[in-house]
Amino acid sequence: MAMNPTRKRRLTIVVVVAIAAALAISLGVYALQQNMNYLFTPSQVQSGQATQYKTFRLGGMVKAGSIQRSKDSLQVTFTVVDAGGAMPVEYTGILPDLFRDNQSVIATGHMDGARFVATEVLAKHDETYMPKELKDAMAKAHADKKIEEEGNGERGAGGG
Amino acid sequence: MSKWIPLWLHKLGSPPTFYRFAGAVRPWAMGLALLAGAIGLYGGLVLAPADYQQGDAYRIIFIHVPSAWMSMFVYAVMGVSGFMALVWRMKLAEVVAMESAPIGAAFTFITLVTGSLWGKPMWGTWWTWDARLTSELVLLFLYLGVIGLYHAFEDRRQGARAASFLAIIGVINVPIVHYSVVWWNTLHQGSTVNVFGHSKMAWDMLWPLLVMTLATKAYYAASLCRRARTDLLALEGGKDWVRQIAEAEATP
Repeated sequence: MAMNPTRKRRLTIVVVVAIAAALAISLGVYALQQNMNYLFTPSQVQSGQATQYKTFRLGGMVKAGSIQRSKDSLQVTFTVVDAGGAMPVEYTGILPDLFRDNQSVIATGHMDGARFVATEVLAKHDETYMPKELKDAMAKAHADKKIEEEGNGERGAGGG
Repeated sequence: MSKWIPLWLHKLGSPPTFYRFAGAVRPWAMGLALLAGAIGLYGGLVLAPADYQQGDAYRIIFIHVPSAWMSMFVYAVMGVSGFMALVWRMKLAEVVAMESAPIGAAFTFITLVTGSLWGKPMWGTWWTWDARLTSELVLLFLYLGVIGLYHAFEDRRQGARAASFLAIIGVINVPIVHYSVVWWNTLHQGSTVNVFGHSKMAWDMLWPLLVMTLATKAYYAASLCRRARTDLLALEGGKDWVRQIAEAEATP
């Protein structure tokens, strides 16, 4: 296992080639990071970042209460929102099981005026897993805390 | 270099010693894999509660995530032993690197298939070209490339060294797979289990996942032991220690 000159030479060659390859790939990845956008958010679209693409993916959250289903077809309209923008979306077809209010979705399609016409709608879920009871308990604790805070606030206002 | 490595580890590098060592380890590793696999699957498929948003469909995680971890872990082992094979020309390192490749490829394939089966009901698609899915597919191709290159040479040891080189270059893809969900906007969700910090999974669901991780690791160890033993016998076919084993088995 000792480092004789032959081994040292092999070690140098392997290390140099590996570093060169790593550097080349890292630069490639870095370049892709700037260009390879899987999706655009509504505010990115509205600020004109997606204008160069005819079709692109729109990602964001389904605005609560915005889902409207057609009575005689599979057509659905809803609004996708992010922190700084909102975009009306129209889609005809079958939606994934997780599609609902406040769900993250990724829609593929194109702009038609101010509307986004989607040809595919995918649901993106987060990395959190827990039983329903725990989720309900957490939601309840959150709601209770909110009521308590609001109650305190009112009392405070009444006292003043 | 030789000063840091204890003598027993040195000895383990010699084919006859490793042959006996792997033979002793294999049944224990396989037993642990079967036991942990049974406990993990029972815990995951029966005991663990349904998820609040995905219902029972999330249970494929108990196969998908341990396989995905193994696809990267085996590649890392292959890269490190490939490096040792290239620099020190260790026969055992070549064997470990080349016999890891098919196991890693199998885990990668399982990851892609289970992910696809999971993606259809939850996301709404079997496949999408996002960074996580694409880099995992590249990982499968790297494994297949290593296997193919190894078998393209007539001389096994020469093939092993060429394939080790490809394996080392491909190691750069492992962090890309892992961090793809952080570096890019992807359809795939982020990491659930964090080694340093808080995991985003209820304990009732997390422990079967960790037991399954142990099971896949033990399976890899058992499978590698068996494959390496066979390979060592073939590589050292003319040597005395192999002849002794063959003669001992021939005489009843």
